Amino acid sequence: MMNIKWSDVVITGDPLILGAQISIILTMVAAVVGITYFKKWKYLWDEWITTVDHKRIGIMYILVAVLMFFRGGIDGLMMKAQTAVPDMKFLDAQHYNEVFTTHGVIMILFMAMPALIGLMNVVVPLQIGARDVAFPQLNAVSFWLTFSGAMLFNLSFVIGGSPDAGWTSYFPLAGKEFTPGVGNNFYAISLQIAGIGTLMTGVNFIVTILKMRTKGMTLLKMPMFTWTILITNVIIVFAFPILTVALALMTFDRLFGTHFFTISGGGNAMLWNNLFWLWGHPEVYIVILPAFGMYSEIIATFSKKRLYGYNSMIISIVGIAILSFVVWVHHFYTMGSGPVVNSVFSITTMLIAVPTGVKIFNWLFTMRKGRIQFTTAMMWSLAFIPTFTIGGVTGVMLAMAAADYQYHNTLFLVAHFHYVLIPGVVYAVFAGFYYWWPKMFGYALNERLGKWHFWLFNIGFNVTFMPMFFLGLKGAVRRSYTFSAESGFAPLFLLSAIGSLILAAGFAVLVYNIYYSTRYADRNISTDPWDARTLEWHTANPVQFYNFAQLPEVKTLDTFWHMKKNKEGLVLKEDELEEIHMPSNSWLPIYMCAVFFVVGFFMVFESFIAAAICSIGIFVGLLIRSFDYDEGFHVKLDVIKKKERAWRGEK
Amino acid sequence: MKSKKGYLLVLLSIMLVVFLSGCENMVVFNPQGPVAKSIMDLINWSIVFMVIICLVVFGLFGFIVWKYRATPENKDYEPPEEHGSTVLEIIWTVIPFLIIIALTIPTVKTIYAIDEVPKDYKDKEPIVINVTSADWKWIFSYPEEGIETVNYVNIPAGVPVEFKLTSAGTMQSFWIPALAGQKYTMYGAETDLYVVADNPGNYEGQNTSFNGRGYAEMKFDVEAKTQADYDKWVDEVKDTAPKLTETKYKEILKPTHLGRMTFSNTHLEWIDHGKGGDSNYYLNPELYEVHDYPGKTFNKEYEKQKESNGGEHDEH
Amino acid sequence: MAKVDTSLPLEYQTEQNRLNILGFWIFLGAEIVLFASLFATYGSLKDNFAGGPTPTDLFVLKDVMIETLLLLTSSFTCGVAIWYMRRHNLKGLITWLIITLLLGAGFVFFEVNEFIHYVHEGATMQTSAFLSSFFVLLGTHGLHVSVGIGWAISIIIQLARRGLTPTTARKTFIISLYWHFLDVVWIFIFTFVYLARMV
Repeated sequence: MMNIKWSDVVITGDPLILGAQISIILTMVAAVVGITYFKKWKYLWDEWITTVDHKRIGIMYILVAVLMFFRGGIDGLMMKAQTAVPDMKFLDAQHYNEVFTTHGVIMILFMAMPALIGLMNVVVPLQIGARDVAFPQLNAVSFWLTFSGAMLFNLSFVIGGSPDAGWTSYFPLAGKEFTPGVGNNFYAISLQIAGIGTLMTGVNFIVTILKMRTKGMTLLKMPMFTWTILITNVIIVFAFPILTVALALMTFDRLFGTHFFTISGGGNAMLWNNLFWLWGHPEVYIVILPAFGMYSEIIATFSKKRLYGYNSMIISIVGIAILSFVVWVHHFYTMGSGPVVNSVFSITTMLIAVPTGVKIFNWLFTMRKGRIQFTTAMMWSLAFIPTFTIGGVTGVMLAMAAADYQYHNTLFLVAHFHYVLIPGVVYAVFAGFYYWWPKMFGYALNERLGKWHFWLFNIGFNVTFMPMFFLGLKGAVRRSYTFSAESGFAPLFLLSAIGSLILAAGFAVLVYNIYYSTRYADRNISTDPWDARTLEWHTANPVQFYNFAQLPEVKTLDTFWHMKKNKEGLVLKEDELEEIHMPSNSWLPIYMCAVFFVVGFFMVFESFIAAAICSIGIFVGLLIRSFDYDEGFHVKLDVIKKKERAWRGEK
Repeated sequence: MKSKKGYLLVLLSIMLVVFLSGCENMVVFNPQGPVAKSIMDLINWSIVFMVIICLVVFGLFGFIVWKYRATPENKDYEPPEEHGSTVLEIIWTVIPFLIIIALTIPTVKTIYAIDEVPKDYKDKEPIVINVTSADWKWIFSYPEEGIETVNYVNIPAGVPVEFKLTSAGTMQSFWIPALAGQKYTMYGAETDLYVVADNPGNYEGQNTSFNGRGYAEMKFDVEAKTQADYDKWVDEVKDTAPKLTETKYKEILKPTHLGRMTFSNTHLEWIDHGKGGDSNYYLNPELYEVHDYPGKTFNKEYEKQKESNGGEHDEH
Repeated sequence: MAKVDTSLPLEYQTEQNRLNILGFWIFLGAEIVLFASLFATYGSLKDNFAGGPTPTDLFVLKDVMIETLLLLTSSFTCGVAIWYMRRHNLKGLITWLIITLLLGAGFVFFEVNEFIHYVHEGATMQTSAFLSSFFVLLGTHGLHVSVGIGWAISIIIQLARRGLTPTTARKTFIISLYWHFLDVVWIFIFTFVYLARMV
């Protein structure tokens, strides 16, 4: 249609891409055939696709994250394969550029964000004793928009060409003057769609946490994970609009020929760097703060001891959030900002280490005088402390602007951010999986396999990334598809590549663990398998759809722990039960997903008339929502009683 | 028990990696000029503190995990309800804060110092060399000598060199790790980098700011010669090297890899990309296409609009 | 959700309403950051004329004053509409909402005319960075106003059909917040984009 020549659009002539195209089509066909054969369409539609239940939405986010982890991980492995030996011919420069670009975008925006937002969705309403989030249908829209953006982004590999200007998409390289073609259009549009979803999550969770806490739960009695989620969502609300603007300006430059970041017409490429990192730096705190929250929960639970220094933990996350907005220039000290600017930002950047350090000591002192149990979730949290410290101190080294003149854009930088992102975020996500899996699915992930996952991944991670510090100091730059034999980089690159295989084996064990546990694990486990401290554990396995038959009453921090110790509030008073009001399912969220995908697709391929026509669908969706006066439904008392007796046993 | 053994394993593998690398062949720790040396001194200063912090954290961590681990023996141990300790919170806020002050002072000093001629060379007159980065080559113009080289630069040893950096196109980063830190090159702007080579020798430079397909090969050679050899070389070039024409320059700016080239005049005669000027005359978006689906480019429209505006030149 | 507190204004009376209104205030916070980024972009690029038209070449004070008058008055009439809503006067509410929309539509009409005039003068958003940032900043504001008009029409239809209930009152209140917000943004635009260049 329009002016698209389909032979130009679909990527041909590349065996790897052809393999991907075939496997995508086969997988989609297999999925459709499988669902039809098992007659699961109605189940999928009613229970998952149109759900507005935060727990189900959370699980869908996590599923997307695991799938995207796989794709981003393959990208990483390909990069390591290409740089295993000098002058390797596995990927040429163009392909390598596409691979590291997609690796970065997928890992941060389509793996880490969905995993964390998924866990926050499952856990936070339960931790505050609420029945759902403030805006359940909006919550579903958030998920489906994220999914829409992720699918559009992944499509680029097989149709049109992947973006290839780095996940930071610097200009003027990422503009039409130096990268014609539609690859970077995919970047601008799919990130924009997913970003809208995330912004909606920000609004949703702030209102939820501020307004829907159960009776007696003051802000200072909230679990630490909920605190970190509150602060994270405040950062989201203030940071994501900047990304919206940056991507919109990029879209205008690439699609309509404006001059925001171009060389011609008075554009200023430095403006992109500033806008991108004004969002980008808060973004990395958006991913790390929930991780910190998870560690606080898990370390306290498995030390059997209350979190140490609760008040200073709160002060430090607020401090981190505020500081995260005043450090962005450290991403481009070498852009010639001058000594005053560089000095100021060196100071603000180094200052962020102070509240982070406070948290590390508070976790250590939580464990001190505790009784530490080495479950898999706890092992991930333990491994986080020393490895993240390495990432953190190398961050302080990088913060010193003059020193950064030698570290910038080398593998030293790459090693630093992997040492904070992986032990920080990825280990937390794994820990969160092992910890909350019973609550989500009704069975636990296998602990023995979990230990294998842990050791392989942890050792593999260190062997992969530790050599990169030294490679950077030897002069190895980032984003380079190859290196020469004379450079002397070969032994460390090879060691790093071997590490990546161990890392991959660890991830494979996780996937196997998920399969194995889903198939064989005992479904008859306690609803409180870890003897935990917070309210989400005072529910069935998996959690009943209305969360709480009676909204709990909170007297102290670590509510559930004290309920167990004082034997208070554990028994259901059936005569006090009331009918529960729940929101109805809705098909609008997935409709919006589809419409945004179609509009996005036409924008990417620069068919503006088609895009404009289809965007009417977006407004139609909004109008349908506006005219929707559905008040939800009520859960009858006998349903509640039956469900409650089932998981509590007949008391 | 098991975790402690595992931790030893991890620690050992890290140490193995450290020893495998060897400090001597890390160019950042092997500076050949005062600018790189002052940066290395700053880095070494920071490493001292970072090692101390790591030892403290790792030590506390190891001790606590070991001492308070759950064993069958301490099954009945009930951990105390500890809220925290204001004293400790103050201590572990103030000490890191003091460390940061200790790091900030030399950092700010070094930031200012590397932004001007190095202190020991203040009595020498710096020479100016204009650097223009392009896809995928480096163009060095010597305005005082009136010559131009591509993909290599010769400088006199022991003399401060002020590199004035700009770009004909994409944003790139000029880095000679043995001699100094790096600085971005940007179209329409000029950044400064002071470099001194203490001794004659050969050093490698490269681009660290990814700019497309030809990025990895964007290396250039730096040769520091004695003043006498340098002057001799300049004279040789002025006598024997061909002249650069505007047409040839436009050809050079196409996205290709070139070897070394030498000219006896500079392109500054007709354009200085750092000041703006009609740099988009040199744009060639079609030469960057990789996949078949082309997408719109706007070069032609811009040219048309410029003509309708009276053909004025860009002003920046 | 039967937590109705009749001592509060209608739109605050139910729990869900309070959640929606708080949520919208937070969304407005995000919108402030959005417009701030667009202003920052304009601020960085406002002198990059690339040899093309400058503000003194293009801006016509009379047209901008008319737009400002229309939009600011529409904000006042929006306030009047809410005044009627608080007195449970549905007819007054709808009447003044319609007046607000007409003024808003007038604003959009004049703004579109202004843009057409510039394009005829050879000043498009592809001409220079100044013009790119000008058109995108103004255009984003204008698009917000246009979407607001469509949104308000749908609210008026709901008011006409269902009368004044806590839910319709909440929806009306929220769109009035949106409308006032756009007015505030326009004051910044008028000051920093037009006025600052014409003195």
